[in-house]
Amino acid sequence: MITLGNYLALSGVIFSIGLIGVMTSRNVLKVLLSLELLLAASNLLFVAFSKFNGDYAGQLIVFFVILVAAAEVAIGLAIIVLMYRRLSTIQADELRTMKW
Amino acid sequence: MVNPSLVWIAFFAPLVACVLITLFFLKCKNSSSLIAIIGILTSFICSCLVCTQIFQTSVPGQLQQSLTWIQIDTLTINFGFLMNPLAIMMLLIVTGVGSAIFIYSRGYMNEDPSSPRFFAYLSLFAFSMIGIVLSNNFIQLFMFWELVGLSSYLLIGFWYAKPSAADAGVKAFMVNRLSDFGFLCGIILLWSVSNIGQGRSFQFTDLVDVIPHINPGLLTVIALLLFCGVIGKSAQIPLHVWLIDAMEGPTPVSALIHAATMVAAGIYLLARTFFIFEPSTTALTIIAYTGAITSLMAAILAVAENDIKRILAYSTLSQLGLMVMALGLGGPMQGMYHLTTHAFFKALLFLGAGSVIYALHHEQNIWNMHGLFKKMPITGITFLIGTLALCGIFPLSGFWSKDGILALAFENNTVLYLIAATASGLTAFYMGRLFFVAFWGESKPIGHGVHAHEAHESPLVMTVPLMILALLSTIGGYIGIPHFLFPQEAPEGLNMKVALISSAVALLGLAFSYKIYGNRTDSDPLVTKLGGFYTVLKNKFYFDTVYGWYVDNVQQGVAVFLSKFEKEVIMRLFVGGLVKMARSSGNALRYLQNGIVQSYAVVFILGVILLFLFLIKFYALIFVLSVTPLLLFLMLI
Repeated sequence: MITLGNYLALSGVIFSIGLIGVMTSRNVLKVLLSLELLLAASNLLFVAFSKFNGDYAGQLIVFFVILVAAAEVAIGLAIIVLMYRRLSTIQADELRTMKW
Repeated sequence: MVNPSLVWIAFFAPLVACVLITLFFLKCKNSSSLIAIIGILTSFICSCLVCTQIFQTSVPGQLQQSLTWIQIDTLTINFGFLMNPLAIMMLLIVTGVGSAIFIYSRGYMNEDPSSPRFFAYLSLFAFSMIGIVLSNNFIQLFMFWELVGLSSYLLIGFWYAKPSAADAGVKAFMVNRLSDFGFLCGIILLWSVSNIGQGRSFQFTDLVDVIPHINPGLLTVIALLLFCGVIGKSAQIPLHVWLIDAMEGPTPVSALIHAATMVAAGIYLLARTFFIFEPSTTALTIIAYTGAITSLMAAILAVAENDIKRILAYSTLSQLGLMVMALGLGGPMQGMYHLTTHAFFKALLFLGAGSVIYALHHEQNIWNMHGLFKKMPITGITFLIGTLALCGIFPLSGFWSKDGILALAFENNTVLYLIAATASGLTAFYMGRLFFVAFWGESKPIGHGVHAHEAHESPLVMTVPLMILALLSTIGGYIGIPHFLFPQEAPEGLNMKVALISSAVALLGLAFSYKIYGNRTDSDPLVTKLGGFYTVLKNKFYFDTVYGWYVDNVQQGVAVFLSKFEKEVIMRLFVGGLVKMARSSGNALRYLQNGIVQSYAVVFILGVILLFLFLIKFYALIFVLSVTPLLLFLMLI
């Protein structure tokens, strides 16, 4: 029997993986992927609670989130392309000129 | 019954004129002077109407109207007017004599390119003075008191490009500020003890009831502190020094300051709040002696002065001393009577002097003037009338008012009477000296570019005010001013003994001056006759020297110390220290911004976790988590 708790745990695990991915990966593409994981985790939460409460508004919001995620990926990838053209690398820690 | 709106119009007309000139007519010489004259004339006409209305009733009472201006807790400050016979008299003097001076200024300042500015200041001056006259409480009075100080500063230093004029303006302002400090202390002290049931008050009408309940010793202190203000404004010894230097301003300003406004304000204050001074014999004695000494000292100094305006300034000092003495002897009526007639003839004398100066292209030394009487007959005759009135010659106005003061002194205090009589004799002497040297004899050209021989009569716009003032100076003794001021008091008969003595003294002074100066010489014979004493007189009894020494050595030392303290301790240590702290902490903390996007993400996430823990009140974890990121960051750098 799959309960709400299982969904929450799964969501938490995915979110944590995403979080750690964002914090630790050097590759910007990986950071972007991890961000997608964060969004996926929260989407899962939305759907699970929506089902649990019998309120379909939650699922509606998921569509919005997917939409925003698509837009974000488009912009993110564009930035990565530009970054590669300029620096010939996509390592995040190479981008450190914006400091003191 | 009095119509209050008339009083308000009289109050604000000059201010409106001032604002109009400043905003729209600073470039128009002709219209600016017209506006100023219309402003003061409006004021004058309204005052006349109010005056007739006041005296329609058989017993003129008082009319008060006030608005609440500032209300903080129990402190209430009103803005209003208190109209009584004293105030309306003073208002008539200020606006009436003021009008004459304004009209005269139109001629006198004709050639000055910045005359619109002059008329704006002049209107402001008139407004401030009217404010003092009408104020019904001490705070409003003090505000206008300061405004008079400010506008006198502006006017004395009107020719600001001339260093001596600028300095004189500053000096007048500083000296007045000094005395106003005491005045303000007095006001606050009086206010603090003015609670007898219905709360504290600044209003004169409330204070009248309060005074009997105040401890006599404290009342003396209050009276003397208030008198401080009078010492500054009315230029009593030892703060008289500004008045002589104030002669640097344009002559109409001198006339205004000396006759109708400014110096009259002090006397008026004493008379208006006489109920405060009356119960304190000690304060009255000090006031009387201050006045008498000022009177005598100024009369002596005038003898050695060669500048026509400065001689008149000393005579003002001397007459003010007499008025203060009269008030100190408990005679506000005599003091105000003399103030009134003095306003007439002193304005006349100053405007006459101005006419002479105008004709001679700004020559002020009387030894460069010769036989002006024939060249400028109207100025000459009116000046003569003013001189005789000032000397107290029967039957001109000065005789009656001065006699009142002398009689008062004669009845109360012989020492003061002797001082005052001596001062009167000296007044006759130096005024005779001025008249004989400048106006008497043949007019003849003398060398070094002096224009005495080519002097001509001034235009009508200047001589008509002279004639009006001369008329007032002549008949001022007969129009019942004392009765007008204090209708309750029965008019006193003339004290024949005193009248005869003072007339004799005055005639003696004139005769003596004729003996010395009747035959005009080119230099002052007194220089050799007085010898060493003349040097003392030339140095004005060393008041300025002593003050200069004090300022240079004592005050300057304190000022330099304070300035150092301000620069080193306050600025460098406190202000600069704060700046340094902010800068160095910024320097240390900016390394947190290392440019790596992911480290910002870490901080952000830790922050979110911290907030979350805070919400569920996990304090120990908050502490651990808030310390770790700092360590983390230091490692990252």
